[in-house]
Amino acid sequence: MAFEYVNKGVKRVDAYEKVTGKAKFGADLEFADMVYAKVLRSEYPHAEIKAIDVSKAEKMPGVEGVYTADDIPNNLFGVIVQDQQVLAKDRVVLAGDGVAMVAAETEEQAAEALKKIEVEYKELPGIFDPVDARAEGVQKLHENKEDNQVIHHPLRKGDVKNGFEKADIILEREYKTQFIEHSYIEPEAVVAVPEDQNHLISIYGSIQNPYATRTAVAVVLNTNLSKVRVIQNHIGGSFGGKDEVVSAMAARAAVMALDLKKPVKMVNSREESITESYKRHPYQLKYKVGATKDGKLTAMEIEAVADSGGYACQTPFVTWRSVVQATGPYELENVKTDVYGYYTNNPYTGAMRGYGSPQVIFAQESLVDELAKELDISPLELRLKNIYRQNSITASGQKLDTHTVSLEEVIKKAVEKSNYKEKYLEYSKEQKGDIKKGIGLAVSFRGCSLGAEAIDAAASLIQINKDGSVAVYSGLAENGQGLKTIFSQITAEVLGITMKNIDYMEIDTTFTPDSGSTVASRATLVGGNSIKDAAQKLRATIDAFCADKFDLDLDDVDIREGFIYDGKGNRLATFEDIVGEMGNQGIMLSAYGWYKGPAISWDEEKGTGNPYFTYVYGCQIAEVEVDTGTGELSVTNMTAAHDVGRAINPANVKGQVYGGVVMGLGYGIMEEVEVNKGKIKNTNLDEYLIPTIKDMPEIEPIIVENPDPVGPFGAKSIGEPTLELGSAAIANAVAQASGRRIRSLPLNLERVLIGRALHKGGK
Amino acid sequence: MKISLTVNGQLREVEITPYTRLLDLLREDLGLTGTKEGCGKGECGACTVIMDGELVASCLVPAPQADGSEVLTIEGLGSRDNLHPIQESFVETGAVQCGFCIPGMILASKKLLDENPHPAEEEIRLGLSGNICRCTGYAKIIDAVMMAAEKMDGRESDQDG
Ligand code: FES
Ligand code: FES
Repeated sequence: MAFEYVNKGVKRVDAYEKVTGKAKFGADLEFADMVYAKVLRSEYPHAEIKAIDVSKAEKMPGVEGVYTADDIPNNLFGVIVQDQQVLAKDRVVLAGDGVAMVAAETEEQAAEALKKIEVEYKELPGIFDPVDARAEGVQKLHENKEDNQVIHHPLRKGDVKNGFEKADIILEREYKTQFIEHSYIEPEAVVAVPEDQNHLISIYGSIQNPYATRTAVAVVLNTNLSKVRVIQNHIGGSFGGKDEVVSAMAARAAVMALDLKKPVKMVNSREESITESYKRHPYQLKYKVGATKDGKLTAMEIEAVADSGGYACQTPFVTWRSVVQATGPYELENVKTDVYGYYTNNPYTGAMRGYGSPQVIFAQESLVDELAKELDISPLELRLKNIYRQNSITASGQKLDTHTVSLEEVIKKAVEKSNYKEKYLEYSKEQKGDIKKGIGLAVSFRGCSLGAEAIDAAASLIQINKDGSVAVYSGLAENGQGLKTIFSQITAEVLGITMKNIDYMEIDTTFTPDSGSTVASRATLVGGNSIKDAAQKLRATIDAFCADKFDLDLDDVDIREGFIYDGKGNRLATFEDIVGEMGNQGIMLSAYGWYKGPAISWDEEKGTGNPYFTYVYGCQIAEVEVDTGTGELSVTNMTAAHDVGRAINPANVKGQVYGGVVMGLGYGIMEEVEVNKGKIKNTNLDEYLIPTIKDMPEIEPIIVENPDPVGPFGAKSIGEPTLELGSAAIANAVAQASGRRIRSLPLNLERVLIGRALHKGGK
Repeated sequence: MKISLTVNGQLREVEITPYTRLLDLLREDLGLTGTKEGCGKGECGACTVIMDGELVASCLVPAPQADGSEVLTIEGLGSRDNLHPIQESFVETGAVQCGFCIPGMILASKKLLDENPHPAEEEIRLGLSGNICRCTGYAKIIDAVMMAAEKMDGRESDQDG
């Protein structure tokens, strides 16, 4: 099939504003009479609030209002569990919980006034390890809960006892992953405007999920959804991170704006952002695997414990993805998996690109390499003996027969491109000198979209104006990933017009239909289908009009690049003229599109069912150099092969691959939010290090296309798979190079050199 | 106190306090919000501008120090209808994702290309090492600078700052 716009690397529709500095981000917004607000945060990870005295703060210059939990109509919110406090009332459960806030004429005045608020705390003993949180009789962190367990997802298949009996070799290993920070370069920012255009309150800002934020604000204000309007601006990166933390900020700003009857702006500094935002979940993972001597896996038993921090946030769903994918893409008759999340007094944890997969992939892909070593089989061969193929049955009992299971294909392509086999043999030999090289691979399957986490539907609206210009509204959010461009491409393709006639509107919850959250790499698949639906409805109307007008068979109407043709290629009219005429005749040229994903199922007790309607497959191969004298580790090459269904915009897919690979590298070898007794030590980018341009390896993206029957033009997803494999591939390469297996992330220099971190808990 | 400086070719007089940062002066007093704040500590490069021909992190420059200086921000480089070749190249190579780091990246690229019109990849990495991007993985940013070098080759250096 040949496409005009789809499957082409067209330019991003929003790039011009961004290269000229015209694009407005949250912190750039100004409104008449606007005031600024700041939040006082607890230094204690766990404490009772005895008293708060705001009287001195109220008298400070420029202060318009000082607020505590008592001023919040409804203080609890949360997408899954309503346990997150807008401002802490009686108790703080994490260091960084807001306890009071000040609005003032300037940001400086607000910050000065914060210092005058007196809070009397009674420190309480804290729980800083999720394994401690599960102990019998330990203190409960949320009073209305039975214990500290946020969630438990079991999965049972076959009989592991039996499976281990059949094994010639059994391996038991423990792995650990760390807290990491999203590190979007733009810190969170919102402005709340009261009594704005028939709404009680409007929220503008860097908001990942406008509908979730609208719900949170409405819940906190005790008002209807229709009274709250959320408008998404350009957002300076999110990666899953600008959800609950921004909802809390929006709710706080809304409370103050309504009280003061003035717009209230809140912008976090980097320190505030790192202190208060949620992180990627650290996991502690125990894996036990059995295999025959020729390398067939017989059983796997897994226990994974996730640290949820002070709030539940997205822990129930993040850990659910983990339970589905914990065994990796390997055929197994016997599986027993338990994934848990527990409350602690650590920073809370939520969605971050990858969402519960990078942790289990690091463990399971390290484990497979360790097993290969024990069995004296190459890591590649061991994988090829066990991977999912067409019609394989997954751990949850799902038969993979509705899409192309392309894992072997992606592995082959990555192996060829990177010269893996030769290099693996070469680096396995004795290497002279201090610098040792290694090559490692990791593979994955990943469920697309939300899965059984939530209803998976999206809507969009397309309006064709009388002059032929087209406005596209989608409920899914552009978070920097290029969605506006992709949706415009789909619209252009279906309507037969050029991209320059299309304007993609910013999300405004009042006008665009609720489409759920822009998460789980679902935007292209689910959102794209809804755009396609709307465009097809309009196209059908236009085709019918043209057939009638020009006396053609419906099938002969052809619209391309803004012109109407008959079946023989004769140009009959312009798109503009036709829609102008239709408009004058009173024919409606707006259409809603709707798409709901195919049926899925999940039995929460047994962990069985079809949790996702389709999957993507990926393989990444890392090459590293380790200086065994100094411990210096550099990742020199990354090969990333991903099946994306179809690449609507190949340039954009490559952009996602480069970005995801580098972020995965940060997760693998550099990044860690150091949390000591609940307090974060590295709160700015001088101490929390993320990859710079100097850390970037040579990256070789390989796009594999097996169009999916349900995706728009066959497209699936790419945002998250790119990031989930790197740390495991690098760990395997480091093990080959250094002869040391590191079972915790990040694989930092000291760990490579001496097998453990030097400065845990204080330099 | 009052200072005067030339911003994007225009002489401006601004009333400031001794604690105002150049970043605040540009964003708040002059409304030039293309210059971004990502860390306030000289680490991310989002606030990069060119001051008297040098690349500076405007979050670290006290505004009084900018008295009498000449400053170029992203707004002074080119407009949508008249893009600077570096801006064109960032669009054409797809080097822009969220865009928050991009004004700083582009100005750092300009400074690099002004001094070294034909940089090797290693030199580009060095020239942009003070600017962090979380979205792109840098690959296409390097492509963009390479493309810009080609475009600017032979063209008169028409726009200066
Ligand atoms: S804001 Fe100035 S370097 Fe980050
Ligand atoms: S494009 Fe998002 S930080 Fe660079």
